[in-house]
Amino acid sequence: MSEIILEARHIYKQFNDPVTIAVLKDISFTINKGEFVSVVGKSGCGKSTLLYILSTMDTAYQGELLIDNEKMTGLKEKELARVRNEKIGFVFQFHYLLNEFSVLENIMLPGRKLAKKPLEEIEHRAMELLKILGIDKLAAKKATQLSGGEKQRVAIARSLINEPQIIMADEPTGNLDRKNSEIVFDIFQKLANDLNQSLLVVTHDTEFAAKTKRIIVMEDGRIVSQ
Amino acid sequence: MNTKLIFNIAISMLLARWRQTLVAAIGVTFSITMFVTLLSFMTGLNKMLDALILNRTAHVRIYNEIKPNERQPLNSSPGFSDSYNFIQSVKAGNSRQSIYNSEAIMKQVKNDPRVLGLSPKITAQVFFNEGNIDITGVIYGIDIEAESRLFFFNDYIVKGNSADIKNLSNTIVLGKGLAEQLLADIGDVVQVTTSKGELFRLKVVGYFQSGIQQMDKTQSFASIATTQKLLGEPKNYITDIQVKLKDINQAPVVAKEYAKTFQADAEDIQTANSQFETGTTVRTIISYSVGITLLIVAGFGIYNILNMMIYEKMDSIAILKATGFSGRDVNWIFLVIALSIGFFGGLTGLFLGFLLSNVIDNIPFNTAALPTVKTYPINYNPVYYFIGAVFSLVTTYFAGYFPARKASKVDPVVIIRGK
Ligand SMILES: Nc1ncnc2c1ncn2[C@@H]1O[C@H](COP(=O)(O)OP(=O)(O)OP(=O)(O)O)[C@@H](O)[C@H]1O
Ligand SMILES: [Mg+2]
Repeated sequence: MSEIILEARHIYKQFNDPVTIAVLKDISFTINKGEFVSVVGKSGCGKSTLLYILSTMDTAYQGELLIDNEKMTGLKEKELARVRNEKIGFVFQFHYLLNEFSVLENIMLPGRKLAKKPLEEIEHRAMELLKILGIDKLAAKKATQLSGGEKQRVAIARSLINEPQIIMADEPTGNLDRKNSEIVFDIFQKLANDLNQSLLVVTHDTEFAAKTKRIIVMEDGRIVSQ
Repeated sequence: MNTKLIFNIAISMLLARWRQTLVAAIGVTFSITMFVTLLSFMTGLNKMLDALILNRTAHVRIYNEIKPNERQPLNSSPGFSDSYNFIQSVKAGNSRQSIYNSEAIMKQVKNDPRVLGLSPKITAQVFFNEGNIDITGVIYGIDIEAESRLFFFNDYIVKGNSADIKNLSNTIVLGKGLAEQLLADIGDVVQVTTSKGELFRLKVVGYFQSGIQQMDKTQSFASIATTQKLLGEPKNYITDIQVKLKDINQAPVVAKEYAKTFQADAEDIQTANSQFETGTTVRTIISYSVGITLLIVAGFGIYNILNMMIYEKMDSIAILKATGFSGRDVNWIFLVIALSIGFFGGLTGLFLGFLLSNVIDNIPFNTAALPTVKTYPINYNPVYYFIGAVFSLVTTYFAGYFPARKASKVDPVVIIRGK
């Protein structure tokens, strides 16, 4: 019996603007440690909305969310920030990086925020991650000087810095060409296989989804198969 | 909270927008510079103008006013004790200007711990005779040492040596205006007629210039002994005892007390010169309001720039929050940005303010009315630098408060979805 990393219990979500629409209806599922899960579904079915709730950034929902067997629902903003910092790695479609900082500094930021390790160790790990992702040459560059594919790899490195329980990604390849998409997928695959990293990836890319171990299909705010 | 990291992020954001930061900081620098300079200069002027009068004025003056006796004989007569008596044309009878028992009073005042020192004085009304013309004037008999120590008498001697009035008998220091009227040079002899009609010849040993024309045209100074001789009075004849206190604010209390214990009149400086305080207060209020207005304007500048910065940095704020920075951390980052603008802008402002004050302090300012003043007066009071420093931080804190709060409330979901 494997360890449960994330558990959603009867999650409901509706928007009230301009009229009340239920976007998520009774979402329940679990993710085990080391699982590589993709979430697919038609545009507008609520994938992103679900991911924001699972990543603790959106707290306006009904139901319960547990990460690492800790109840997230009802926690304070500050405690949720700590959970995001320590247990969740997030990769966006638009590879956000802080433009004021170099690649290396960007990757180190969540580690410095967590402050569980000395600075040298964080830097060492950041360099290692860059090497694993094959972009160690870019370490000293400014974030603005990178290509889209490079940025996405830096974002992945950043999400890994604190050795999170789970990595969540919202269409991480949505903005990349075929070659870069493959690179990103391979990285995820490697993380899942080699490091037993749990991943939850929302994607439109059917090819990408097909290669993952488990696919959650959503339709109109419900999970239709998992 | 990870202070070092917060500072690190704040400084990086500042440097990435260094041009805007610089403009904001220059605003603060300018206002603090002006604030410090203005206050130093204004209070310098205040002090100078006040000193013009206050330096030369006793905190408490003990004297004997010539006035009719309040206890008229009629009222003591048993035959009229039941009636209300109207007495008309009452004259001051045997009242005299000199203070009774002046030596004992001086001794007692000298031993009062609140007293810095005292200086006795005699006023003698005289005519200065210049050919056929008589010029009315006053000769003050003073103790030159006490007068210099307590009332800076020597600062106002523009020519000659004031100590001579003590060392040589029958000598006088003339007011500059008076000397010009009398065409009297140092070493010349002037002739005076006392109110009793006696003639005296006095040698001029110096000029005195207070800066107040009216005074300089009538006043002159001699030693106590010389003046007593002019008036034909004995050695204990003193008309004024001028007392300087350690704390000027105690003057009204002390004056009241002395009047009672010595059975004489005693006037405090606050009553005698109430108009000066008004002028001083008004000038200080003007300086503060101008300084504070400048700072508030600078504060709005910072507010604007920070607001703009937050709109530009929405993405960065969203990433920070998504990767585990709390609203409080973000709030601090922007407060640190605001406060560093205030700190460095303010620090430079204090420095430039000091420099500018120094420049003003060295601009020559020669006026006949103020013989002791050679350059524009500056009051280097550390309090203004302290207030400036505090103000720059407080204004920038408030200017940063609302933008920082807004930043801390940014919802990363809205930003990320908005892409
Ligand atoms: N702030 C909001 N207010 C009102 N409705 C919203 C809001 N955000 C999202 N929605 C609606 O919720 C639904 C789900 O949106 P969501 O972004 O989760 O879809 P998605 O599955 O991620 O779609 P896509 O694949 O295109 O990214 C959509 O119909 C959208 O219009
Ligand atoms: Mg989406």
